[in-house]
Amino acid sequence: MAVEAADAVTAGSGPRRAAPTREQARRIRRIRRSGAYVLLVISTAIFVLPFLWMVTTSLKSDEDNLAFPPQFIPDSFHFENYARGWSGSLPFTTFLVNTVLITALSMLGNLVSCVLPAYAFARMRARWAGVLFAAMLATMMIPREITLVPKFILFSKLGWVNTYLPLIVPEFFGVALYIFLLRQFFTTIPQELIDAARIDGASELRILWTVMLPLSKPAIAAICLFSFVSNWNQYLEPVIYIRSTEKFTLPLGLGMFSGQYATQYNQMMAVALLSMLPILVLFFIAQKTFIRGVTLTGIAGR
Amino acid sequence: MTALTLPRRGHTTLARREARRFYGFVSPWLIGFVLFSAGPIVAAIVISFMDWNLLRSPEWVGLANYRRMFGDPEFWESIGNTFQYGVGSVALGVTFTFLLALLLNQPLRFQGLFRTVMYLPSVVSGLATALLWLNILHPDYGLINKLLAMAGIEGPGWLASQEWAIPALVLMSVWGAGNTMVIYLAGLQGIPKTLYEAAEIDGAGWWRRFWSVTVPMMSPVIFFNVVTGFIASLQGYVLILVMTEGGPGNATMVLGLYIYRNAFVYFDMGYAATLSWAMFAIVIAVTLVQFRLARHWVHYEFK
Repeated sequence: MAVEAADAVTAGSGPRRAAPTREQARRIRRIRRSGAYVLLVISTAIFVLPFLWMVTTSLKSDEDNLAFPPQFIPDSFHFENYARGWSGSLPFTTFLVNTVLITALSMLGNLVSCVLPAYAFARMRARWAGVLFAAMLATMMIPREITLVPKFILFSKLGWVNTYLPLIVPEFFGVALYIFLLRQFFTTIPQELIDAARIDGASELRILWTVMLPLSKPAIAAICLFSFVSNWNQYLEPVIYIRSTEKFTLPLGLGMFSGQYATQYNQMMAVALLSMLPILVLFFIAQKTFIRGVTLTGIAGR
Repeated sequence: MTALTLPRRGHTTLARREARRFYGFVSPWLIGFVLFSAGPIVAAIVISFMDWNLLRSPEWVGLANYRRMFGDPEFWESIGNTFQYGVGSVALGVTFTFLLALLLNQPLRFQGLFRTVMYLPSVVSGLATALLWLNILHPDYGLINKLLAMAGIEGPGWLASQEWAIPALVLMSVWGAGNTMVIYLAGLQGIPKTLYEAAEIDGAGWWRRFWSVTVPMMSPVIFFNVVTGFIASLQGYVLILVMTEGGPGNATMVLGLYIYRNAFVYFDMGYAATLSWAMFAIVIAVTLVQFRLARHWVHYEFK
């Protein structure tokens, strides 16, 4: 097919133009490159401006908060908005502790329950293995809204409403996307390494721990990041299951804040910024891993 | 894929031991699959034939929920909103991020920095960014209308206006579409240089190279982003729930939100389950249509 594509280009191309002189070519290249920079700076601004707005809004005084027209840069900076928002009428420190607890347990559950099946799907043979793998891929196509109602009924019959169990327990039973990504990565590790370990009498768990995992650090790291971000940002399940304020997570706290103080933008932005700080820090430390993870997902879908 | 084929020689002890190990290792997912996927899916079929508000015991009503759905104007309204939002965010997101990826694929300085900045919003997306956009889109105190005012344009009411609420949400979704840009960029970097060189030798200008090399080579990636982008747009209701609760009027009540409302506000579990099957039908229908269309424009290097 590659040849065909190239042929199509040949067949479709018009008569050859006179080649530009070297001087002309350089000028064209320079114009095109500076055009690209201008476009890039504009589009970068589109992505950055909301964040800058968030920062400057969080520093506005209560009077400037609703000044019309709004200012880009406030007359004075009010860093105390952060403390006022965080320790105001809502206990954000409690929300933070709750979120950390839920996220840590969920990540642990995700890792354990994805690494084991991924290894099995990559390196073990069994009857029905192919069928199970296909079933797993199929679950990725099914919208989670379908299981929302039955799961709610199940968890409320178990008496789990207003506990963290509905948020944490399912995380210990595998996430199809992560298993798939890990399995794809595991299949790239040379079989000889595994065979050698098997000949040395290593158990499968030992092989997984000492051979596969050390060689799969990029994939494991990507999955840790995805798991962290999705659990940290989780809103739907908490809003369904958590009722009492002292059990709220950060996203629930933010939602409550915006419901109660709809126009206190300065404090709202301050608290929102604080709540996404861990993700921002992690992103700047590990952005290569993030990007590799997304690329993996994209390639996986091809 | 060898790992997935059946053991070659029937039921040797070794093969059986390996199979036992396989099921041991797979069990975390397999148990979860039965408890939290397959089981609930079957239950969702049964519940959709019931009238059940969790307080009374369930009552079998046959197809009544489905009949009610087809005659429910709010349901049709939510379908319309779902498609407006989905088509809007996919069309705008897919083209905008593709253009950005093309720009970024040039040999430029600060390439990594630009990529990081454009990718960032999609990582932090969540409640915090929903609140940020509530502020940005505010008709009087928001950033967007301030910028428009500086250009001499009187901005619309955005989330406060029936016509502009969905476009406003689409804008927000495009801002958070940086991950598709990263996928495009990886795809662009995977196109063999030799194809461009061959095209250049044949005298193809940049436009010709774009249409005859870049687009066909990228078509599987574009297709992937269109399909996953639409499915992701169906989940957009979680932020909509916080930002507008479906308002003003029912202008932003998408199907996901209607399901949520029936399940967890009205506790009408049977009807909510029925509506969730409508969402499933949309996913299947849209995906099938896209696969059908893909035959005409998606070019696969290896078949």
